[in-house]
Amino acid sequence: MKKEDIPQDPSALGKITKEICYAVDETGKYGTALSNGWEVKVSALDKAWQDVEQRIAAARQRVSDKEASPLLFFMELHVMDIPIVAAYTGFWKWQVKKHLKPSGFDKLSESRLQKYADLFEVSIQDLKTMKAHET
Amino acid sequence: MKLDFQHIQSAHCENGVTTSLLRHHGVNQINEPLAFGIGSGLFFIYIPFIKINNGPAISFRTAPGLIFKRTCKALEIPVERKKFRSKAEAEKVLQACLKAGQPVGCQVGVYYLTYFPKEYRFHFNAHNLIVFGKEDDNYLISDPVMEVATSLSSYELERVRFAKGAFAPRGQLYYPKEKRIVTTEQIKKGIRTGIKRNIRDMLHAHGNIAGISGIRYTAKRIRRWRDKLGLQKAGSYLAQLVRMQEEIGTGGGGFRFIYAAFLQQAYEYHGLDELAEISKEFTKSGDIWRSAAVQAAGIYKGRLGSQSDFNTMSDFLYQSAEIEKQAFIALSKIKWPA
Repeated sequence: MKKEDIPQDPSALGKITKEICYAVDETGKYGTALSNGWEVKVSALDKAWQDVEQRIAAARQRVSDKEASPLLFFMELHVMDIPIVAAYTGFWKWQVKKHLKPSGFDKLSESRLQKYADLFEVSIQDLKTMKAHET
Repeated sequence: MKLDFQHIQSAHCENGVTTSLLRHHGVNQINEPLAFGIGSGLFFIYIPFIKINNGPAISFRTAPGLIFKRTCKALEIPVERKKFRSKAEAEKVLQACLKAGQPVGCQVGVYYLTYFPKEYRFHFNAHNLIVFGKEDDNYLISDPVMEVATSLSSYELERVRFAKGAFAPRGQLYYPKEKRIVTTEQIKKGIRTGIKRNIRDMLHAHGNIAGISGIRYTAKRIRRWRDKLGLQKAGSYLAQLVRMQEEIGTGGGGFRFIYAAFLQQAYEYHGLDELAEISKEFTKSGDIWRSAAVQAAGIYKGRLGSQSDFNTMSDFLYQSAEIEKQAFIALSKIKWPA
């Protein structure tokens, strides 16, 4: 990459910090220069978040249809998966899997619900009613 | 308490932490490309049976922690690395280090990293930063990808140090144990060892998913993504490939440009013409990786989508694989003076 080809497109990162790129000058020698962002990367990141949004919407629907417990919605909202939820809460993966079903979720004790509520930073009431705080 | 420490911005976090910590310990010659090259950072791996954020697990660099470890070892600098079970203990050791005047490298997760833009906060646990002081309840942070130093409250720092999931940092901290003067001879030797190890990793890795064969394997899979996954999901997979290749940290072209910069410096140290020539090959490969990213963007933005577009994408990878293969073969043929 040549220095003059370093992209300077607006990006989410660019608002906070510019990033270093390695590129050659006219004599072919390497040096660093700052880049504001690259449209190709911005759209890749957008695509990733679109996918996340879709998964959240699908989860919300499945919870409303009583096919899954509200945990599924919060898990997707926090871009987590079962191993991550298990690691943060201290439950086993098979337990989390069970709690992701409405039948398993309904049987949870207050203290266990609290663990999930702490992880997702909501009250138990909000956890049950799938009410998320906008962040 | 604020240590006398200079924040240096770099492309990649682990290179940056390695460079800054070693400079702090008197290794004035070190810079990002040297740290990357001596640590044999260049790599490629596609792990088909693991999913990351519901997409393919692809990496353009070697495993987290290795660059620091190898570079320090090559320069004969002893290293301390600790993991913790207890959060209190982790903070106690961190404070003791700071009190002793020692800036500390920490492995952290980015999901709860408050100064990062929200768009970048996935559950990625192999980020690195340096803690170099504490004022009131705030730790002073030198994050190599940021232009300036920043800070985190003690709660925020504890939270990222004990992020969970793949590569969970478990409070991990590390630092060089003593100040050492490093000679030009040592750097030259480190460069040579680093290149040889990188030849081994890229040309002779076991199996077919790592190194040059890993790139070819990925190229082969991409041809099938359209039919196998459908256009939507194939687009998401390609977007993930591009993010791993270009996102903060790689210096562009999946670290290929940093490696080319390293080879130029290697040429300055060793004076072997081959090194300068082979550097150009890595620039070429990096440029092809970037063309591949543009092609991928066409697909995930919906502008392209036919099978021949996927074939073009795949061909870019085959091209890079071939260039890098020849470049590493050329590197392996260099006759190093004794």
